[in-house]
Amino acid sequence: MTATNPDVAELGAQGAAPGPEPVSTSARKALSSPWASLAAIVIAVVWTIPTLGLFITSFRPESDITSSGWWTFFTNPTVTWSNYDEVLHGSDTNLVTYFVNSLVITIPAVIIPISLATLAAYAFVWMKFPGRDFLFVAIFALQIVPIQVTLIPLLKLYVHPPLNLVPLAGPDAPGGGFYTLWLSHTIFALPLAIYLLHNFMSQIPGELIESARVDGAGHVQIFTRIMLPLMAPAIAAFGILQFLWVWNDLLVAITFGGPNTFPLTARLAELSGTRGSDWFLLSAGAFVALVVPLIVFVSLQRYFVRGLLAGSVKG
Amino acid sequence: MRSRNTRRGLAVAAALATGLVLAGCASSDSGGGDAVSGTWPGDGKAECKGLEQLADFGDLSGKEISVYTSIVAPEDKPHIDSWKLFTTCTGATPKYEGSKEFETQLKVRVQAGNPPDIAYVPQPGLLQTLVGTGKVVEAPSQVSDNTDKWFGEDWKAYGSVDGKFYAAPLGANVKSFVWYSPKMFSDNGWDVPKTWDDMLALSDKIAATGIKPWCAGIESGEATGWPATDWLEDVLLRSAGPDVYDQWVSHDIPFNDPKVADALDEVGGILKNDKYVNGGIGDVSSIATTAFQDGGLPILDGKCAMHRQASFYAANWPEGTDVSENGDVFAFYLPTMSEEFGNPVLGGGEFVTAFSDRPEVQAFQTYLSTDVWANEKAKASPNGGWVSANKGLDINNLASPIDQLSGEILQDPNAVFRFDGSDQMPAEVGAGSFWKEMTNWITGESTKDALDNIESSWPS
Amino acid sequence: MSTGEKFAQMFIAIALFFVVVAVILLLTQRMRSRTGEVVQAAAFVLPAVALILLGLLYPAVTSIYQSLFDQTGSNFIGLDNYKTVFTDSEQLTVLRNTAAWVILVPLFSTAIGLIYAVLVDRSRFEKFARALIFLPMAISLVGASIIWKFVYDYKDSSQTQIGIANAVLKGLGLDTYKFILNDPWNTLFLIIVLIWVQTGFAMTILSASIKAIPDDIVEAARLDGVGGVKMFRYITIPSIRPALIVVLTTICITTLKAFDIVRTMTGGNFNTSVLSYQFYREYFISTNQGLATAIATVIFLLVMPIVVYNVRQMRKLEAR
Repeated sequence: MTATNPDVAELGAQGAAPGPEPVSTSARKALSSPWASLAAIVIAVVWTIPTLGLFITSFRPESDITSSGWWTFFTNPTVTWSNYDEVLHGSDTNLVTYFVNSLVITIPAVIIPISLATLAAYAFVWMKFPGRDFLFVAIFALQIVPIQVTLIPLLKLYVHPPLNLVPLAGPDAPGGGFYTLWLSHTIFALPLAIYLLHNFMSQIPGELIESARVDGAGHVQIFTRIMLPLMAPAIAAFGILQFLWVWNDLLVAITFGGPNTFPLTARLAELSGTRGSDWFLLSAGAFVALVVPLIVFVSLQRYFVRGLLAGSVKG
Repeated sequence: MRSRNTRRGLAVAAALATGLVLAGCASSDSGGGDAVSGTWPGDGKAECKGLEQLADFGDLSGKEISVYTSIVAPEDKPHIDSWKLFTTCTGATPKYEGSKEFETQLKVRVQAGNPPDIAYVPQPGLLQTLVGTGKVVEAPSQVSDNTDKWFGEDWKAYGSVDGKFYAAPLGANVKSFVWYSPKMFSDNGWDVPKTWDDMLALSDKIAATGIKPWCAGIESGEATGWPATDWLEDVLLRSAGPDVYDQWVSHDIPFNDPKVADALDEVGGILKNDKYVNGGIGDVSSIATTAFQDGGLPILDGKCAMHRQASFYAANWPEGTDVSENGDVFAFYLPTMSEEFGNPVLGGGEFVTAFSDRPEVQAFQTYLSTDVWANEKAKASPNGGWVSANKGLDINNLASPIDQLSGEILQDPNAVFRFDGSDQMPAEVGAGSFWKEMTNWITGESTKDALDNIESSWPS
Repeated sequence: MSTGEKFAQMFIAIALFFVVVAVILLLTQRMRSRTGEVVQAAAFVLPAVALILLGLLYPAVTSIYQSLFDQTGSNFIGLDNYKTVFTDSEQLTVLRNTAAWVILVPLFSTAIGLIYAVLVDRSRFEKFARALIFLPMAISLVGASIIWKFVYDYKDSSQTQIGIANAVLKGLGLDTYKFILNDPWNTLFLIIVLIWVQTGFAMTILSASIKAIPDDIVEAARLDGVGGVKMFRYITIPSIRPALIVVLTTICITTLKAFDIVRTMTGGNFNTSVLSYQFYREYFISTNQGLATAIATVIFLLVMPIVVYNVRQMRKLEAR
């Protein structure tokens, strides 16, 4: 993911500054006035202040945090690494273990639902079958089902599956107990993924598909040869969002997982102590957890933008 | 060279140990207990002395027990450390899992048929709910015997539902404490009050100096309001006595009984008195939005003199604070209102609830109910923050002065201990309307309305 | 399990998944007849549909069924739980708050996200500027609530402030304000937290859509003398309309489901509760699953207008 294909890089560069006449730049110029720039700066500042406060707080000693505002840091800077030290080395279990668990949970929980959702979205847009619209609307509406009501029925199924299947949860779970997490995250991601990808896919010009069909291509070929490359950026875009959601998830992890599969969030949630007395550690913990999603976002940002561009071009 | 020496040392220790345990066995054999087969791994180990009951369960090597608790890092480590002896003596390994979502997650797991082997349940009310699901297993006779031996009858009753004994008590905490700064008190010539009236007189005296004598915070996320419920319970115990308190908790008298209203007004005399609160923070209503963890901190800046909160508040003082009788902060026993009811003590604790009757689980329950474990745990908590009502607990093993004070209070024969009432009430009240209405009461609702609303929410 | 074994398990799972999908697709690929199309469609759709049936529809249906039972879960009480939902004395406030959330959060997140996306579009610091707004998305809702609890911290005007909002008020010579306590504005201050989080989502998707507006349309409009606010109104907005609907819909649904902010910041006190939090409380704390699932069903019904609107938009798009 980090190794950049030169072609892609070139395409990206073109996307950012298209051709000799940067039309959109002039459009933006026309729109922007000093007031507009000011507005952008104000929004950016207002949005960043809370995070900045947290960031500075994470470097302040405990007694300072509760007795003075974080902005006093600028006039009276006292920096301590002890919060981070405590977060990184404060438990018997190495924090790396939790990082590994987070990655092992997140990667399949991103790849699997997106693959399934892309397939389903393709069928909902480009294939004809009875009950198609009804099915799509039903899936869309099921987005609203609160995860909380699914916990008990799903856990029941995992622990005592019907037809004598292998229980996915419990002490003898296969795959170290990760299957329940992958499966649950997949299920919860599907409705929104299908809805979003359906939207992007339906904006791809129909002529493209028609002409391919006329040339004798089947759905599988059209899907793999035409749709996937066109949708790849949109897929990557949703992938980043799904990555964020799974990475930040706590509920699914502690309900369906066990101590051996706990991700970073489960560890960080405990940082503040049984009675919440060490809550100042949360600031450092939040930034430790933030690093990976931020790297994912920053490194894929260009791809992310270009992706939606290609996905929503109209014919 | 070095290793050889060590080995010889070990051999000597083993020889000594065998001798000791042989002596121990001899005495127990003379009691005629031949059920002890002597095949348990603890046989012949000096450190397993006092845990002979565990022999009943035989060799448990390689067995695991899952333990689920609401106690998370850093307090989980002393627990795990205190189990090493169990593994040495039985061969079984308990696996620890702590979560801040313990209460909700435990219900989910039990309902889904995936309960842990053992859960440390912090509320008798929750224990009742769990027993109601039919998944909780009764405590084995060894645990029952140990509880009779080491704990008061009242504690055993909290672990029982409908006359059946399920869960032995584990840790405990004392809630009837007022935190103060010994330095501030001695600098100003204030004395620790011995009676309720003394305390109010002191409050007036402090208020006259321009310092607001009391500070409080009841914000605690979804549990906002609980510190105020403790206030009411503590005062009711003192004003109306333990018997009325018990009737109130079990709803034999209505929640809005006049005696309760009087007690709440007494609390209001402090918490809703603008002259008394909220030192270092703001006015009365600021109590509702101040985190309970921060509620007592103004004491450190001399902006507040007293803060009523449980022994576990010790963990909230910033690192480096001297928590001792002559230090930066310490606590005194919330004084009584009359001699009539002895020294009432409000407190809480956890109960070892089992969802399985496998031998290793029962062995572990037995271990946790012994005096040996209580002392192990005390020694494994070098930073303090833990105490138990176990009468076999040697106070000297407790690390911090406040724990020692709590331990003394719990073991004091004159103390009349009562468990936190809200933890015993049905969840709709104890974890619902009681919290909520006390929060409303702080922000302006009348005593009558608050109590009436709680009464009407009591499930029929 | 060692780190290596965990990753091995992960690769096995992914490989297994792709093998199964590939086999299904290859088996159905050759079919060209009318029924073949249906079989192929089934191969594309069924895996996802089966999982959704199992993991969402089945629990949803059991929930609706459960909502007809009392607290013990064994006595059928018909629609009594629904009666409770609508007659509870506090329910009016809860509904008022829910309405405020579900209107204000999507509106402001989308509006601010859109304006910001337009303003930073192709500016020199675009990527950095976007990352700043995106950052809150990468913090969990509980984390965000804790950050904002800090921001709103209240101390009397005479005391040292540790919350930035009240520090600013004090700096301006005003009295400090109880952001969390003072009803009804406290709901607004909680709403700001979710707007803060969701704006990043709106901004990223809309920013991408704006870039997708074909340059020739913009150029043609510019030649016609359209610029500035008019360009925004007549070119940008209509061009990204589908994306706008997606963003509004998604944020609406997220808002209806979100309870973490209320839970962490007020615990539903001070008249700040919303339906999703009421659901959470009844389900997990009061363990009245009948009433809880009744609330969940009501939330589900509230989403119906949004669903209907989306369906009509999709029909329109297809008709084009």
